[in-house]
Amino acid sequence: MRGLFLASACVCILAVGTISAFLLINGLPFFTKYPAGQFILGAEWAPLRDVFGILPMIVGSFYVTLGALLLGAPIGILTAILMSRFASRPVVKIMKPVVALLAGIPSVVYGFFGVMLLVPFVRETFGGTGKSVLVASILLGIMILPTIIQTAEAALNAVPQSYYEGSLALGATHEGSVFRAILPAARPGIISGLVLGIGRAIGETMAIIMVAGNNPRMPGDILKGVRTLTVNVLMEMGYAADLHRESLIATGVVLFIIVMAINFLFSFINRRRVQQ
Amino acid sequence: MTTIEYKGQQVDIAVPTRKRLYLGSKILKFLCWLSGLITVGTLLLIVAYILIRGIPFLKPSMFEVRYTSKNVSMFHAIINTLSMTGLSLLFAVPVGVFGGIYLAEYAKPGSKLVKLIRVTAETLAGIPSIIYALFGMLAFVVTLKMGISILSGALTLAIMTLPLILRQTEESLLAVPMSYREGSFGLGAGKLRTTVRIVLPVAMPGILAAVLLSIGRISGETAALIYTAGTATRLAGLAESGRTLSVHLYQLQQEGRFINEAFAVAVVLLIIVVLMNALSSFIAHKLTRKG
Repeated sequence: MRGLFLASACVCILAVGTISAFLLINGLPFFTKYPAGQFILGAEWAPLRDVFGILPMIVGSFYVTLGALLLGAPIGILTAILMSRFASRPVVKIMKPVVALLAGIPSVVYGFFGVMLLVPFVRETFGGTGKSVLVASILLGIMILPTIIQTAEAALNAVPQSYYEGSLALGATHEGSVFRAILPAARPGIISGLVLGIGRAIGETMAIIMVAGNNPRMPGDILKGVRTLTVNVLMEMGYAADLHRESLIATGVVLFIIVMAINFLFSFINRRRVQQ
Repeated sequence: MTTIEYKGQQVDIAVPTRKRLYLGSKILKFLCWLSGLITVGTLLLIVAYILIRGIPFLKPSMFEVRYTSKNVSMFHAIINTLSMTGLSLLFAVPVGVFGGIYLAEYAKPGSKLVKLIRVTAETLAGIPSIIYALFGMLAFVVTLKMGISILSGALTLAIMTLPLILRQTEESLLAVPMSYREGSFGLGAGKLRTTVRIVLPVAMPGILAAVLLSIGRISGETAALIYTAGTATRLAGLAESGRTLSVHLYQLQQEGRFINEAFAVAVVLLIIVVLMNALSSFIAHKLTRKG
């Protein structure tokens, strides 16, 4: 039985190995036919003419992720502070399932909500089509909230009570102690939550494809449409063939490498935190 | 300087002027409550909006057994979601639970292998669903020639949910007090018997909570299924293409002719997710109270 248990545990290693292998084997041959520099730095995506530049999508992915972070990080961190240090127990008892439910709502439902409510709202308020960086960022900001809140709350709760008491004894107010003594002590944990949120935002597909317009152009202002790396793969995989198809798998490889780098950063921060 | 009354006399004492400090504190506190309100309000808005627009369209025609392009019934999608969930769990639960048992009960903590398993499990949890979609398509659909089918989709989702079940099993097992194991060993039971008969039953609620969360996740997954299980509108056998509820919702929205029906599908999806979350946290809550 021990062997069976061991083998099951090793399935994770096997899975990561197989996923990497399949992506690389199917994605790398593309670079022998198409220069990697033109692929990653090319600003034009025109599969019909065999022009594959994914720079607009890379910029697009970072654009919406940045937007999500600008919205999600302050609200998430402040909510975590509220749950950890200000709110009474009954309030926390309501907030916890709320956050868990936000994490549980499927991304396709978020996307549906976005396209039915937020897109028309932005269209009528600011003009344009409504399918925009703005809506994608708002939606992603909501979607990464639970990740940020849960990690930040755990980090805040883990700060020793003596920090808080020491600050109070020096004459600081309750709020001052929370923001000047506890918050800095919890910073590494909060940052790792943000990194986790970035990972989620960059990898999100369904919610974005429904609200972002998906034009493979360099993203303009926040009311213009945008296409991300994830959307590029999902949108065109259905009918792509030959070099076009390989270019999409290569897009997946680029995304995979970005996500792996973020994961690595996350575990690096975590390890340093544990060592401290 | 502030004047206070002390033992019947007016006394001047030096008090640091903290008006600005207090104001700052109040603003910070206000911002915290505002953020909390936004968080709760957002969830309420999403749920209320979907329920209000969707419930009126949960008509019997939406649940007719035969799908036609007129009734856009979601019956087939519900059954496909069930078989997709069942099949994925059939693969993921044994592997996840066994793997968790190894990590918690057998492995030498801190060994290189354990570290590697942990890192790869974390990696699996962090891989976006669109990458799983690519992998599932390349590996199961094309290379293993399973075609676009429920089976391909279920295998893809099984790998996606594996880290959650593995991790939760390990944590639940580690939470079981050492004395249970010692008592069992003391009565002469072996390692395997102790693990399976004593430790595993105690950890069961935690594992169950993880399984319920996985059900919620599988029902909501869309991106990974479109090119592995496909979008066919029928009751699909294992080797056939069939859409699940979430794919059904996406397709209805994309076609644009049946938005009201799409809202109804979203309601059903929301109910499943809320139910699974509630059950899961109920079980986990019971567990912590017992422990």
